[in-house]
Amino acid sequence: MSDVKPVQPTGVPAVSGQLLGTALGAVLIMLLLAYLVAFDQGGLSQSGMYLHELMHDGRHLLGVPCH
Amino acid sequence: MPLTAAPNFISLLLRGLLAGLIAGLLAGAFAYTFGETHIDAAIAIEEAAAPPAEPGAVEEEPLVSREGQKAGLVLATTLYGIAMGGMLATAYMLLRRRLRTGSDSRAAFGLAGAALAGIVVIPFLKYPPNPPAVGDPDTIGQRTWSYLAVLVLGLVAVWAAVIAARTQTAEWRRAAAGAVAFLVVVAVAYLLLPDINEVPDTFPASLLWEFRVTSLGVQTVLWSVLGLAFGALVTPRGTPTRTAAATESAAA
Repeated sequence: MSDVKPVQPTGVPAVSGQLLGTALGAVLIMLLLAYLVAFDQGGLSQSGMYLHELMHDGRHLLGVPCH
Repeated sequence: MPLTAAPNFISLLLRGLLAGLIAGLLAGAFAYTFGETHIDAAIAIEEAAAPPAEPGAVEEEPLVSREGQKAGLVLATTLYGIAMGGMLATAYMLLRRRLRTGSDSRAAFGLAGAALAGIVVIPFLKYPPNPPAVGDPDTIGQRTWSYLAVLVLGLVAVWAAVIAARTQTAEWRRAAAGAVAFLVVVAVAYLLLPDINEVPDTFPASLLWEFRVTSLGVQTVLWSVLGLAFGALVTPRGTPTRTAAATESAAA
């Protein structure tokens, strides 16, 4: 096994159950935002196809499959 | 609050979101500058191929004009950048102690590089991005699930490479083990996932190539700037970074 030296990172809170819950919440919000840009067809945004059409070029150029 | 004090998760998250905002705006500027001509050219091909409107039919106003879509491009990359910045900050917080480096910025670069390999390069090579006028609307569901599957498998490949590298001690054996694990996962993923090729025979090859290279450029700008900006934002002020790099574990 490799030699593991203890790392003392600056500015990182110790991982705890409460922190994991907060992290999970943050990940869900980020996934929703990414979904809105990449895949939503009006279901999440409730804007009809307006946001979908508005971000059409971005979706193509970010490499997401689109129509 | 000084950045050297132990900040909580929210502070880290805000730095990730800020880095994502910067990265998304710059990726949007890149996409606008180099990508829009290809999108316009592809849309012209799409419209030329569309059946002619029936005589007397009223032409339907598009929901968003082309000018609107060009502004929406920057909105899309910015929102996407912010989302990825939040993800990077969360991954950094959860994995920082497991990354065997004394340098915070190097840890941030490493995570952004892993993301670039796992969720950009690996998906790009299996399912290269397509401009408008390419793609069958009936298969969008299957294409979307395949795309998501290759994103996840790309991250699994990076993870497998790290795990495999850590079973070895000699540096060349670490690199070899990591490369083999990465390539095995990628090869299995590519074989299992369905092939998709919906490019019409008549679509200009040069336009397709330029569009795809530009698309890879957009994602590369986004993740490079995100990694650099987040790395800068987590570097404690007043810490000589050379010292941090010098104390880096050889096992990193």
